Amino acid sequence: MEQREIDTDTRLLVIVPAYNEAGKIAAVVERVCATVPAADILVINDGSQDATATLAAAAGAIVVSHPFNMGYGVTIQTGYKYALSHGYDYLVQIDGDGQHDPTYIPALLVPLATGEADFVLGSRFMGEESYAPSLSRRVGMAFFRGLVRRITGLPITDCTSGFQAFNREVIGFFCRDIFPVDYPDADVLITLHRAGFRIRELPVRMYAAEGKSMHSGLKPLYYVFKMILSIFVTLIRSRNFYQGGR
Amino acid sequence: MPFAQQVFALLMSLLVFLVTVDMVRKRRLREEYSVLWLGTSLLMFVLVLRYEWLVALTNFIGAALPTTTLFLGSIVFLMLLGVQFCIKLSRLSDQVKNLAQDNALLRAELSKLTPVGGKKPKNTVS
Repeated sequence: MEQREIDTDTRLLVIVPAYNEAGKIAAVVERVCATVPAADILVINDGSQDATATLAAAAGAIVVSHPFNMGYGVTIQTGYKYALSHGYDYLVQIDGDGQHDPTYIPALLVPLATGEADFVLGSRFMGEESYAPSLSRRVGMAFFRGLVRRITGLPITDCTSGFQAFNREVIGFFCRDIFPVDYPDADVLITLHRAGFRIRELPVRMYAAEGKSMHSGLKPLYYVFKMILSIFVTLIRSRNFYQGGR
Repeated sequence: MPFAQQVFALLMSLLVFLVTVDMVRKRRLREEYSVLWLGTSLLMFVLVLRYEWLVALTNFIGAALPTTTLFLGSIVFLMLLGVQFCIKLSRLSDQVKNLAQDNALLRAELSKLTPVGGKKPKNTVS
């Protein structure tokens, strides 16, 4: 793994969206802190009923709590808004359930620091040993991966990854109402590409998430419908819609 | 159109019109939502008085009976109303989302300023 440190002057925010993650949040915050001690860690508590907020704060994170549960997309966008208003240079996003291995954060920051990319996606399918998702998820992932590759022409391997890093321009872009509030995945990549941002993908390690996934019950059906519709409208929107992109 | 039917239809459209205006007057209904209701009741009123227009409209859309045209009109009205609500709901959801995010961010800023226990600001005159 390439371990090139970014400037000490650059300000980095690591955001951790969390909903009822009392069992894991402290360990995640501590591991992130150990990997990037200079970074600020922001836990966005999405209306948890357990002690997520208290434990995250005790572990040393800044905590922002939603007044009620609003879903994953809104939660990460709250983090982007925090980063924008506090003028951070880079933002890394990592899940609160311990699924993402924080030791890959420095590697994700390298293309941003060198100016090669605006948005870096951590992929579980690029060599690093990760868990294998279920068959139905793999089929869905393959479908959207094909779609993203065809539309953007980029060799993306993991378009559902929530392990991401990006720069100030992308943070500002994501704070707009254009950011999808439910399941921001493949459609976001296509939107970024249409807006002219440069996307890079790097290998990361992901562990299997324990407990109930956000894709359970009838939600996968809605996910597929929403994603196809969202990608379609992204494609038929005029490019002027993405002004303020790169 | 039989006289009784005509009277009933006129009264109904008049009632809808008056109730809508009254709700707007009492500020229980906003002007923007009254447009569809007022428009529909006026249209009903005119079509009852000018029955030949209803018949012409029926022939124009190819319906068999004028009542079909009226039913179709009411279904279209309900659909438009539903679409209007969905548009408004989407906007409201966005606004609630933005407000809740701002609320969460402001509360986090506030908790940095106010220490636990609520200490008095230094420049307070007692």
